Amino acid sequence: MSEPSHEHADPAVAFESAKLGVWTFLATEVLLFGALFTAYTVFRMKYPEMFRAEHEKLDRVLGAVNTVVLITSSLLVVFGVDAIKRGKARLFEACFGATILLAGVFLCVKYAEYTAKFHHGIYPRTNLFFSIYFMLTGLHGIHVLLGMGVLSYVILLSRRGRLSASYYTPAEMSGLYWHFVDLVWIYLFPLLYLIG
Amino acid sequence: MTGVGRPEAEGNGRGYLADRGWRSWAFTLDHKRIGAMYLWTTTVFFLIGGVFALLLRLELLSPQARYFSNHAYNVFFTLHGAMMIFLFVIPAIPSGLGNFLIPLHIGARDVAFPRLNLASYWVFAAGFLVIIGSLVAPMDTGWTFYTPYSAKSAAAVTTLSLGIFLIGMSSILTGLNFIVTIHKLRAPGMTWHRLPLFIWGMYATSIIQVVATPVVGVTFLLLAAERIFGVGFFDPTKGGDPVLFQHFFWFYSHPVVYVMILPAMGIVSEVIPVFSRKPIFGYKAIAYSSMAIAFIGFLVWGHHMFTSGMSPLANKIFSFLTFFVAVPTAVKVFNWIATLYRGSITFESPMLYALTFIFLFIVGGLTGPFLGAMATNVQLHDTYFVVAHFHYTMMGGTVMGFFAGLHYWFPKMTGKMVNEKVARAAWALIFVGFNVTFFTMFIAGTRGMPRRYAEYLPKFQVENTISSIGSAVLAAGILVMCWNFLQGLRKGAAAPANPWRALSLEWKAASPPETENFHEIPVVTEWPYGYGTPKA
Repeated sequence: MSEPSHEHADPAVAFESAKLGVWTFLATEVLLFGALFTAYTVFRMKYPEMFRAEHEKLDRVLGAVNTVVLITSSLLVVFGVDAIKRGKARLFEACFGATILLAGVFLCVKYAEYTAKFHHGIYPRTNLFFSIYFMLTGLHGIHVLLGMGVLSYVILLSRRGRLSASYYTPAEMSGLYWHFVDLVWIYLFPLLYLIG
Repeated sequence: MTGVGRPEAEGNGRGYLADRGWRSWAFTLDHKRIGAMYLWTTTVFFLIGGVFALLLRLELLSPQARYFSNHAYNVFFTLHGAMMIFLFVIPAIPSGLGNFLIPLHIGARDVAFPRLNLASYWVFAAGFLVIIGSLVAPMDTGWTFYTPYSAKSAAAVTTLSLGIFLIGMSSILTGLNFIVTIHKLRAPGMTWHRLPLFIWGMYATSIIQVVATPVVGVTFLLLAAERIFGVGFFDPTKGGDPVLFQHFFWFYSHPVVYVMILPAMGIVSEVIPVFSRKPIFGYKAIAYSSMAIAFIGFLVWGHHMFTSGMSPLANKIFSFLTFFVAVPTAVKVFNWIATLYRGSITFESPMLYALTFIFLFIVGGLTGPFLGAMATNVQLHDTYFVVAHFHYTMMGGTVMGFFAGLHYWFPKMTGKMVNEKVARAAWALIFVGFNVTFFTMFIAGTRGMPRRYAEYLPKFQVENTISSIGSAVLAAGILVMCWNFLQGLRKGAAAPANPWRALSLEWKAASPPETENFHEIPVVTEWPYGYGTPKA
């Protein structure tokens, strides 16, 4: 069976296709979260008092720490993509590796927050605010996990010498995805933790 | 310049069907094979869904529940609806025929992401395996899964939700792949205004798939979370709102009826000019109306909820907007009729189905305003009028378009011809059976027969008996058609490369096409509808 080989026949077309593909995919991700943001809006309008009271129970300090952690990781992705464009594979792997490390920190903090809530008897079924909190942060957490997988795969590609200054499409595309994950959190943090 | 510049032509002159063995199918990256796998899979689901329909019609022969329990009846109509919608009408044309044809139509060697294409088939397959797994506790909620019942039902709603989520993911990946393919891999000279109209239909379809499907995906996740973790988004006892579920559900499920119908309209736009030997009338109007339908389709979901308790203002706005979808739809129909006008028409089987599409779709379309207008909707809501209306549009539209496409491209896909006489006989049975089955439902519906009940008042007995007889004729027609296809596949006459003398690119490839479609990527110099000119 001969494998159709046109996929990367023309690197320029391959890059453009990948870029359009990833942006389209990110649009679908926006809509995936969009339904949850809609639910947030609906219920916040319906029960403003309850939302005000319940959001006090979230730990702002941990939320802020996680915000800083994710923004830093996004910055490292930018440095990483820039490094591979200049052909510096080692630096690229270090930057992406650090990003994965920070993603791990994020998840640990999230784990601490979740267990604290469970400890106080707060579950997704407690009330609508925490339904939304757990669904939104849970879905986001799954995206963080997926992102760690994707970034690891790209590092693996680099270690095998598949990335270079002339071919860095996977690095740039996975970077776009990570920025999206970061961006969603930047919306979640104020909506859930800060707005009273 | 896209898709060219490869020094060596990879095409080995062997048809894409030449390789044998299950591995050559399961791991193929060839869009034609993946399309064929989708066609087989979805057709099997069509037949299974059809069997459930026949069971329903059997039960409705008598006013009392005679053959099955009420619960069994609920399970049958749920499975009929869910299978037909999620496993047949949504994927059949886009993923089956679309996969097969898009690269051929635009002069590419494959889709933009062949591996993703294969992955989306296997995600689809995983989805239907999960759905089959959910049959341990069969669904009885109807295909719409309305809360609060679906959050409480003892059936395997969680499993089925997961299955539909997977099928949705597959649909998103396919749509994404097609959008990128159509944007980036067109042959030199294939400008947007030279694209075949099937491609325009598929492009609009892909946009809907990509934009609408994530919303239904997360809706089913929320439904599952409601059952597993007890979150209360849709549960009024926890402050949630069941109508919110309906909003989310229809934000997807209304646009998705255009995922079902736009590709079929594309097929009709291909078939009509070929068998009228005339250039298509109003090419740009047909192309842009696809985009308009896709856009307006996102604004009208509320017309499914007139009786659900929205605000009167919302009802009025949705009713008003709903009527707008009729405009681009009518633009298409008038253009097809204008194409037929003074054409040199021949009635081969693809053309018969295409004309049937137009006829049945007009009936379905003209009964739409009764449901889109609030006053009559309140009267007709959840009666057999609704059932008749959506079968005329979905089955009379999508399925007839699909049959037209199958007959039209069968020689290209298989390299064989079907027996034309048998094909026409099957068509006659299908046409008569369809109208007998579903037209009577309009009458039963206006007289007040509600849908989704195993038992009904004796005054509806006549309509139901006629309708059940019609369904048997319809089923016979479909069986004859399937038999004819299988016969054609086994011992049909060898097909020439271009049996219908059509002008679009796929007919320039061999029948069946070789693995990489074209020996040399063609250079396109004109639009594909120049029939009736000296050259054609």
